[in-house]
Amino acid sequence: MELARLGAWLDQRLGLQAARQFAAHKTVPIHRHTVWYYLGGMTLFFFLVQVGSGILLMLYYRPSAAEAFESIQFLMTEVPFGWLVRSIHSWSANLMVAAAFVHLFSTFFLKAYRAPRELTWVSGVLLLFLVLGFGFSGYLLPWNKLAFFATKVGTDIAGSVPLLGPFMLRFLRGGDLVTGGTLSRFYGWHVAILPAASTLLLGLHLYLVQRHGMSQPQSDQRAAPARAQMPFFPDFALRDAFGWLVALAVLAALAAFAPWELGEKADPFAPAFANIRPEWYFMFMFQTLKYIPGGHFLGIELEAYAILAFMLAGAVLLAVPFLDSDPSRRLRSACFTAAGAFALIYIVVLTALGYHSLWPLWATLVILGLVRLVAWVTASPPESR
Amino acid sequence: MDWFLGTSLGGLLAAIGYPVLRFISPPEIPEAATDRVLAGTVQELAQGHWKIFKFGSLPGILVEVEPGSYRAFSATCTHLDCTVQYREDVHRIWCACHNGWYDAQSGRNVEGPPPSPLTSYSVRIEGDDIYVLRG
Repeated sequence: MELARLGAWLDQRLGLQAARQFAAHKTVPIHRHTVWYYLGGMTLFFFLVQVGSGILLMLYYRPSAAEAFESIQFLMTEVPFGWLVRSIHSWSANLMVAAAFVHLFSTFFLKAYRAPRELTWVSGVLLLFLVLGFGFSGYLLPWNKLAFFATKVGTDIAGSVPLLGPFMLRFLRGGDLVTGGTLSRFYGWHVAILPAASTLLLGLHLYLVQRHGMSQPQSDQRAAPARAQMPFFPDFALRDAFGWLVALAVLAALAAFAPWELGEKADPFAPAFANIRPEWYFMFMFQTLKYIPGGHFLGIELEAYAILAFMLAGAVLLAVPFLDSDPSRRLRSACFTAAGAFALIYIVVLTALGYHSLWPLWATLVILGLVRLVAWVTASPPESR
Repeated sequence: MDWFLGTSLGGLLAAIGYPVLRFISPPEIPEAATDRVLAGTVQELAQGHWKIFKFGSLPGILVEVEPGSYRAFSATCTHLDCTVQYREDVHRIWCACHNGWYDAQSGRNVEGPPPSPLTSYSVRIEGDDIYVLRG
């Protein structure tokens, strides 16, 4: 009785009835690709874990070249469950990027970016860029050797961009070299600027998802009344919650059984060691730059062309809904699907090659598995998939 | 009226944006030029055959290419800024980040992605001390 009165009191002030009615009428299409709808929610789940674990880490972390490494060492060895909180933060970051990539590619291949969802796509791609920015800025914060050289290379890549490069390099590093100034700058990006931008974009992205609803795949040609639907609440919400629980279980297992290592403290006057590598989601770019020979073309270093190509690919990714907007232009649509498949294969193969010296068996298995998958997709008719 | 409001808004945004933009661009801090440093000792190099030394705020590499013969270069890879090392097994300077190779005698880029040679320095031996000089 008291609870009902409290509910009525809150309803009068917050308008909960309207939210209840909205949830009651919201439905989600059911088809053979419905499973991909859960990836967005799962990415959001990992983002929330990042916010929570990141706030806890801030209580002990000290962002200076003299203290950053030691503060994390202290956190991992002296603070109760410190190792677990850091491990959760690191693993969750990686799982968040993985979930975001799968979400992006599933949305791409289902053509869910078409009208009226262009801005949903654009906000989602921008969120992915921000997530990569979180990864890049967070990687340096432990101030270990691996992070130091990965940041040197990453910022130097930005510095190789013609015209804007020198400004970008100094802007990112806070000077000409990677120093403690770079660390405090990256910390600012990581805990203030990127979270603020992400919160705004995430709000817009979720609003657009609610406004336009889930996209119906083109392959599902049934007329609207014949399409199967499920209520968003409780059916879809409970399935989403189950996905979050699975994600939590995977995260907890990884964090507990494979705790994230700290490595050795960065030394700006030590040589880079063999097997130096960035986070796995930058590996395909890192590996590409390994294959670009030294030299110049039209007075510009060859690596700058590769960097410009990656930037162009990012711009095309953002513009996909506007370039492939008309479902009746099937050839153009098929070209975009093929380009997306090529990009996916390129990323997987180059990433596997990047890890080949470290884990030759796994890298070979990944490449062979991909070859087998491509053979199956190209050999089987679309209706059997 | 529209013109007045538009101009005021533009002025306000510029008044906020310009200082912010200047603030986030780090100032140029001139460093005292370092032209000569004590990079190591003959005894040290006889044991390890190479070492990384500080040349101002940047790393340099000193290599004993033959007994009693030394070369010094900037240790910053000309590809993407990693710090190089000497590989005694092949007598070359190596960048581990992207597998770039340089000739240890001349600093010339000989294999892999580096686009240009390492900057070369002069070496002067005074007793047991090895000094590296710019130019």
